[in-house]
Amino acid sequence: MRFLFKTDYEDDIRLFPHSGYVYSYGLLLAVLVIAPYVLSSYLMSQLVFVCIYATVGVGLMILTGFTGQASLGHAAFLAIGAYTAAYLQQFNVPFPVYFLAAGLLTGVVGALVGFPALRLQGIYLVIATISFAFIVEEIMARWESVTNGNEGMRVKAMQLLGATVSRDGPTFYYLCLAVLVLTIVGTLNLLRSPTGRAFVAIRDSETAARSMGINVALYKVKSFAISAAITGFAGVLFAHKLSFISPEMFTLQLSIEFIIVILIGGTFSLHGAVLGAIFLVMIDPFLTYLKDDMPGVIAGVAATLGAGAERAGHIQDAVAAFASANGLKGAIYGVIIVVFVLFEPLGLYGRWLKIKLFFQLFPLYKRATFKRQKIYVKSERNR
Amino acid sequence: MLDFVQQLVSGIALGCVYGLIALGFVLVYKATEVVNFAQGDLMMLGGFFAFTFIGMLGLNYWVGFAGAVICMALFGMLAERVVVRPILGYPQFSIIMATIGLGYFLRSVAGMIWGTDDFKIETPFSQGVLRIGSLVLAYDKLSVIAATIILCALLYLFFNRTTLGTAMRASSENMLAAYYMGIPVKRVVSIVWAISAAVATCAGVLLAPITFIHSNVGLVLGLKAFPAAVLGGFGSIPGAVVGGVLIGVIESMAGFYLPQGWKDVAPYIVLLAVLLLKPEGLFGLHVRKKV
Repeated sequence: MRFLFKTDYEDDIRLFPHSGYVYSYGLLLAVLVIAPYVLSSYLMSQLVFVCIYATVGVGLMILTGFTGQASLGHAAFLAIGAYTAAYLQQFNVPFPVYFLAAGLLTGVVGALVGFPALRLQGIYLVIATISFAFIVEEIMARWESVTNGNEGMRVKAMQLLGATVSRDGPTFYYLCLAVLVLTIVGTLNLLRSPTGRAFVAIRDSETAARSMGINVALYKVKSFAISAAITGFAGVLFAHKLSFISPEMFTLQLSIEFIIVILIGGTFSLHGAVLGAIFLVMIDPFLTYLKDDMPGVIAGVAATLGAGAERAGHIQDAVAAFASANGLKGAIYGVIIVVFVLFEPLGLYGRWLKIKLFFQLFPLYKRATFKRQKIYVKSERNR
Repeated sequence: MLDFVQQLVSGIALGCVYGLIALGFVLVYKATEVVNFAQGDLMMLGGFFAFTFIGMLGLNYWVGFAGAVICMALFGMLAERVVVRPILGYPQFSIIMATIGLGYFLRSVAGMIWGTDDFKIETPFSQGVLRIGSLVLAYDKLSVIAATIILCALLYLFFNRTTLGTAMRASSENMLAAYYMGIPVKRVVSIVWAISAAVATCAGVLLAPITFIHSNVGLVLGLKAFPAAVLGGFGSIPGAVVGGVLIGVIESMAGFYLPQGWKDVAPYIVLLAVLLLKPEGLFGLHVRKKV
């Protein structure tokens, strides 16, 4: 186990606490950079989605994980970013300009949502953000002169530095990766600044934060704006990746997916956003794999266990029918959410920390270290 | 003028459905401070149970209705035991997510079992209309209104007059203190979930002739019931029904008098306005902040 000897305040807020971080993240970055030359085009496409979802996850993490304001309306911010890009693109606005414009506009909208949200807490905030998302979805569907209504909008390939960036090419992947890395680094910097600390203080206790002289209203609005702006940036990439956007893509379902991202990853650290995005995006190829290969595998197992060829064939058909049943994906989503909330509330990153600590303290690890506290004397109504 | 009254009545009928679902939210919230995002899906499941009993097994309407209510009450207890009880006492957000997960699960499983078609239940009120002057009222809508009023009154009396109701209110204020006072909090919570699932089933069965039963009906209506519950102040039983009726009337008026598209958004605009101006709702208690 490594003991960090801190002699200075600067040591405490460093981005890389020790050299191990530089090596491991450097290695990870190197792997990600060579990925396009190794992986198949389908996996590359999924990896781009991982980057986009992780960017949204980071944005949502700032709001939900660090400021403690739940939001089920982030699909709306993504939609605003995507539509801004698609709209401005029609007038031959260059990519960097509409990229920034999308982020700026979404940030402003986020701040506008943040103001009413100041008075709301807990479920009321969740419901208010859901309503906001519904209203935005409806506006996208009805404001036909700008958004082309339910017919959706085509998004042309990106023009960057005079070259066309194909949405399947490695350049687009590098762009998404760069946006993700910049977002993460920016957020880490934000979190060690007074603003980030104010966010965390508000999350832990609003009353305490206020009595320490933090302007709670200001910081909540800031948190909403920053979170929305990051989601808006992701929205531009999302639009380019899909090359076609329509209002029914940005539903409550998508907002819930974003919440699943940070919930599964772990709502207390940026690692969680990335791990959750990997989990959520990669579950699709995994399910496809299950659907294609599992019936054969199970039938094979049944055959080796002594079932006759005809019986094994029946089993294979039954499993195949079950695996291709409509809505199996939704059921699996549901089970995953419940299982994570019940058994792994700290998410994947929490599990990683537990494993790490287990080996660091080897014989001395105790489970109670990560135990959540139950508060029965609650009534959040009176909080 | 006749149009207006007609819209008003159909809005009230629609609103009563929202109110019934909102009643379920409010019950669970009142007793456990948990917001059950799967309430609409419980309603959907109740409707499917009733459809199975009445439409597929051919039972009498009332027998099937009662059977569905009992099954769903047991299912509500099961859901509470499996999903909610282990995380009682944790931050609200975890519980919200767990119920969202439960809703997802129920929706998909119902879709897998019963398919994704629309189903209809034959009820004694399906046919026939009541004519008052030139005003035409369908019996199925009137049945929803009547059932809502009866259920609301019963639950209101239950919460305010019976020992069990008082125990529920006590455990909502402070579970630990209620437990020290000898209230079996776990059982109370379990019963509340049973009641709430039963109310949801009533909503589902009464709704079946009007909107039909399909696996997504819970999500659609459940999300409309939220504004209703919030408008009424999340902890108030009459409030839920009044909120539901208001939302229903607003929706049907917006659908009739305003351009297309307003119908779906109007409830949410009203909701946001209420949250901004009077966050505790119309009937909610105003509580002071404590540290």
